[in-house]
Amino acid sequence: MINKAENRRSTGGKLVSSGNRNGFVVFDRVQKSYDGETLVVKDLNLSIAKGEFLTMLGPSGSGKTTCLMMLAGFETATNGEILLDGRPINRIPPHKRGIGMVFQNYALFPHMSVGENLAFPLEVRGMGKSQREAQVKRALDMVQMGDFANRRPAQLSGGQQQRIALARALVFEPEVVLMDEPLGALDKQLREHMQFEITRLAHSLGITTVYVTHDQIEALTMSDNVAVFNDGVIQQLAPPEELYERPANSFVAQFIGENNKLEGTVETIDGERCTVRLDDGTVVDAQPVNVTSAGERTRVSIRPERVESNPQRLPEDAHLVDAEVLEFIYMGDTFRFRLRVAGQDDFVMKYRNAQDQLRLTVGDKIRIGWLPEDCRALDI
Amino acid sequence: MAQADARALANGAEPAPTDRAGRLQTADGVPLKTALRRAERRRKIAAFLLVAPLLFFILTFFVFPIAQMMWRSVDNPQVVRALPQTLEALQDWDGSDVPGEPVFAALHADMMADLERPRVAQAIGPLGIRLNYELSAARSAISRTARQVPNFEAPYRDAFMDSHRLWGDPALWRIIKREGRPLTSAYYVAALDREFDDQGNIVRRDENRRIYVQLFIRTILMSVAITFLTFMLGFPISYYLSILPMRYANLLMICVLLPFWTSLLVRTSAWIVLLQQQGVINTMLVQIGLISDDGRLSMIYNMTGTIIAMTHILLPFMVLPLYSVMRNIPPSYVRAAKSLGATPWTAFRRIYFPQTLPGIGAGGVLVFIISIGYYITPALVGGQSGRMISNEIARHMQQSLNWGLAAALGTMLLIGVLVLYWVYNRLVGADSLKLG
Repeated sequence: MINKAENRRSTGGKLVSSGNRNGFVVFDRVQKSYDGETLVVKDLNLSIAKGEFLTMLGPSGSGKTTCLMMLAGFETATNGEILLDGRPINRIPPHKRGIGMVFQNYALFPHMSVGENLAFPLEVRGMGKSQREAQVKRALDMVQMGDFANRRPAQLSGGQQQRIALARALVFEPEVVLMDEPLGALDKQLREHMQFEITRLAHSLGITTVYVTHDQIEALTMSDNVAVFNDGVIQQLAPPEELYERPANSFVAQFIGENNKLEGTVETIDGERCTVRLDDGTVVDAQPVNVTSAGERTRVSIRPERVESNPQRLPEDAHLVDAEVLEFIYMGDTFRFRLRVAGQDDFVMKYRNAQDQLRLTVGDKIRIGWLPEDCRALDI
Repeated sequence: MAQADARALANGAEPAPTDRAGRLQTADGVPLKTALRRAERRRKIAAFLLVAPLLFFILTFFVFPIAQMMWRSVDNPQVVRALPQTLEALQDWDGSDVPGEPVFAALHADMMADLERPRVAQAIGPLGIRLNYELSAARSAISRTARQVPNFEAPYRDAFMDSHRLWGDPALWRIIKREGRPLTSAYYVAALDREFDDQGNIVRRDENRRIYVQLFIRTILMSVAITFLTFMLGFPISYYLSILPMRYANLLMICVLLPFWTSLLVRTSAWIVLLQQQGVINTMLVQIGLISDDGRLSMIYNMTGTIIAMTHILLPFMVLPLYSVMRNIPPSYVRAAKSLGATPWTAFRRIYFPQTLPGIGAGGVLVFIISIGYYITPALVGGQSGRMISNEIARHMQQSLNWGLAAALGTMLLIGVLVLYWVYNRLVGADSLKLG
């Protein structure tokens, strides 16, 4: 536990620091419990800058949606404070927070037309009719749905409903918009398109966005920063690239993308380099992340696409590992090999599909290796 | 597999076979429509067999009796059957004075002919009953005359007038002539508190004899009140049930459904214990000093009693559709409204409430239609002022035995309900009804 907290601080970059109350949206030592026995959110400290696109990523039950609901005002924090633009908002009811929200099922009002849906937030704010109409039209044009004002939500496709929900959350020009797995119900192609749309809109409007998802691709492609949640704690808060390249611990390494994991003991450690003796005696190179001294148990993690089977592309002193090809899967853009490495049958190696690429067949005995910085010695 | 796919692809490129008229054919040359009909026939037969028992039951015990009832409200065979010759003789009568000797002779012939018939087929008895609906004392006139008629001798006019004074009353003859047709509007005229005057015009009855129109209005008002009360009581509890976790909701739902499961008589006696003037509620109110001992409220055997009891009985019919509609309204709608800046009240009024309308409509129509024809509770706790139209229908069925009038009242009730349903359908749309 303590270890994780330290990691968070050390790897989180400049935006993470407990007790930093300078962000636009700040969670300050927030805890949440529903039953008084277990904490759903444990000591959450998070600071989101103005205009930032932050994604809360995590498996279901990790506390990410609860955090979003606390920010929206539909759940109350059991302890700690949430600040919006420097003001504590714990006691402000949701309708006075001025935070736009896009819901998982869109929550478009079925008895109102699209135009009425969009006019609703302006109407309850007492805006005049002509101004309202102008603003609704602008919001509809913004999501390229200008001709749909008179339709009912039920007459729209999922993607169109999604756009309307987005427009409705933005039409009253909130400074913060929350999105609760908004693309979950769309098919893959539409989802990818909407990911792009949403980020484009959020950035062009300079709006602060908190986005909740369990889809790591969404998190990586859309966000400025990703907060990986597990077990009520932020495991890592970092920009997508750092998250993928330099996972702070085993959970993040496993949760984001695909990773091969091998267990062993640290043999030598020397600043940014270490060697790890795996349980079957093989020695591999790695970069120490959660290990500090020789003799510690560790789990090393290597991305499939960073595994190299051509020793000529590796440095002279790299340690090589014996491997046997167990399976070959043709995936179109990539080749995927399942290897037996250090006694494990689930080691995966991935190649780009290219003319000059080495073609292996099942049963081949090869030697593989990797750059020490691609292999991270994490906690067990 | 791959081969089959390839063949299918190849086929898709060729035009489908057609006959000379351009209709599609199957691969065997049978017209496609015929082939489809043949393939569907078995399914249709099976579907019909599944429906048949209930269809038969409904036709026999629902559609047929209702049609029978509606027929009975205009059916008028008694005079035609009993007095065919008299009616013929009456054709030229102008209706101003007592008819002449030929009519009485025909009447004598009709009555004599009736005596020849076997007892079960005699038409004079029903004639007396029928004429009595229009003119009291007509029955006794006819039955007394019928006993003496074998001894009558010409001139018959005096003999008849001697036997009963009513034969000298032109009103009786006007009724015989008017009702001497196989169909009649007399029952509906009576059901609308109207009658025929001497000239045969339809006029309103004397004020003290008007019953039904007022009773219809009272029935409708009471039904509206009951519907409104069940809505006021049912809406909050339905909402609460819909936001509760399933297991608590089910438990509470049982409490709401309890009226379904207790015997009506048990409940009625409980209400009597509670509501009567020396009952629990009155005694408590007196004891805490809210009312004086001689100011005890009468809450049973009047309209209040009917409304209280029926609201209780019909509450589940309001709660069930409301609950099922509310359960299916995701909480995210109200949340969305609040996040868009609506106060809790606005969110309820503009977003939540409109979405419960199908449930309110269903519950309202259900409760209203059930209560408008309710019989047993008003009969038990309604007293005089809490009576409803169905009690009057029952009285004519069981006591006064004026089935024609009962049928006319029942048909009017049925048509009223259908009209209401039609109006509801026009305003709200019956397809939006959600009955659970």
